[in-house]
Amino acid sequence: MELILSIYEIPLINALVKIVMILVPLLLTVAYFTYFERKVIGYMQIRIGPNRVGPRGWLQPIADAMKLMFKEIIFPQNASKTLFIIAPIISIATALAAWAVVPFGAELVLAEINVSLIYILAMTSIGVYGVIIAGWASNSKYAIISTLRSAAQIVSYEIAMGFALVGVIMISHSLNIGDIVKMQSGSGVWGWYVWPLLPLFVIYFISGVAETNRAPFDVAEGESEIVAGFHVEYSGILFALFFLAEYANMILIAVLAALLFLGGWLSPFEQVEFLNLGASFLAGPSIIWLFAKTIIFMFLYLWFRATFPRYRYDQIMRLGWKVFIPITIVWIYVVGIMYYMELSPWFVRV
Amino acid sequence: MELIIFYVFSSILVLSAIMMITVKNPVMAAFYLVLSFFATAPIWLLLEAEFLAVTLVLVYVGAVMVLFLFVVMMLDINIATLRKGFVKMLPIGVAAALTMLMSMIMVFNSGYFSIEKYAVPERHSADYNNTAELGQILYTEYLLHFEVAAVILLVAIIAAITLTHRRRANTKHQDIDKQVRVKSSERLKIVEVKAEKRK
Repeated sequence: MELILSIYEIPLINALVKIVMILVPLLLTVAYFTYFERKVIGYMQIRIGPNRVGPRGWLQPIADAMKLMFKEIIFPQNASKTLFIIAPIISIATALAAWAVVPFGAELVLAEINVSLIYILAMTSIGVYGVIIAGWASNSKYAIISTLRSAAQIVSYEIAMGFALVGVIMISHSLNIGDIVKMQSGSGVWGWYVWPLLPLFVIYFISGVAETNRAPFDVAEGESEIVAGFHVEYSGILFALFFLAEYANMILIAVLAALLFLGGWLSPFEQVEFLNLGASFLAGPSIIWLFAKTIIFMFLYLWFRATFPRYRYDQIMRLGWKVFIPITIVWIYVVGIMYYMELSPWFVRV
Repeated sequence: MELIIFYVFSSILVLSAIMMITVKNPVMAAFYLVLSFFATAPIWLLLEAEFLAVTLVLVYVGAVMVLFLFVVMMLDINIATLRKGFVKMLPIGVAAALTMLMSMIMVFNSGYFSIEKYAVPERHSADYNNTAELGQILYTEYLLHFEVAAVILLVAIIAAITLTHRRRANTKHQDIDKQVRVKSSERLKIVEVKAEKRK
């Protein structure tokens, strides 16, 4: 026991253990998120969804993972082989690297850095290189069309998303996600930033859906027009990496929405006296609240996919540039005015 | 440890910069440029400039180079025609390179840039916040410069848009506002057709 503890004290080992503690649950969540997605969309469309592998189909994601792992990787003719392999690695690496700064509690964070919010933005924006390189290295028409689509889409929606986050930064005086959550505490549900930043919150989440290339903004995949988009030539484990990266990014957007706008790990019953929760765990901040809020947004992703038809490409661009960006700019001014009026409980002088 | 990080990333930076100018394929050159930008960020981190390092990745790698690649991928560049004028232009190129080299040597030998001139930079404590410092100085001492830079950028944006925004008369341009405003009654007409009587 002593030995294990002393080994754990070595900085490198310590960091590695923490990384594993984040990544293993994350990858398991990704695996079961796909199962959940198929089930939820199935029920929404009055189908059953996967129910053959294991009890109630619970082993389906594991069977899928095994299948993808043992499949042959096929390289297209005249493809640039190195880049073909590097592309999914970039996708998954950036999707996982962004999780390094995500706080799960007041003290539960792997890398406490001052600029964690822009770090996450930077990581997700590097993620687009996975798509670009994949499309270019595949030597395929469908892949290159999808690459151009998704590059333009991600760059456009990044602006709207960045502007939406400027509101959060203004109100919280911080670029550190942990501090942003701490600033929301103290006045219960009303202290959360959804209320003063409601339009920015909506725009943030819609831009997040567009950034992760999910329905109804999934023109980069667009099965009906360009087969499967940038990963049309990929098979086996390389395809699985793209798949993992996409879902890890979806969960990241959901967790960020919970942290930045819904008070993260803070309890909604913080200030509610009449329920008489007192010192019970429901009233205190805990990781359970963060997960509960995150799951709401993860579910929204699936709900969108089951409900909305795919946007036309020029309408996606119009929505990003002509609707979202003007709204965010106006709302940044509104936040400035609220700041000036010292609107409580959000704008308190520090 | 810091030295190892510095040497690893600076060698990646130098190598990718060299590859960028020597590689034949323009798309590969752009990828190497991306890599060299990316390798610069950790070096800035070592200088405790975390905001600038992350912003470098966000702006240059995440936005500027994506648009750059976008253009390069769309261009139909023939490598053979690119290399045609090589011998003819060689003397001019060599002359330009030599001039650059000479001026660099002169600048670095002028005595302003030798290592002895500068004290070893002190490490700040763990609670030092470079981002806050930067914001403080940018919005107080250098406010005018900041605003002038913002206006210049705005002018550049407007100029770029007006230069490229030419409306051709005969494009099949769709007015999306009109499409969104459309009502079902304008598109769909329900016609009651009476059943024919059997004769």
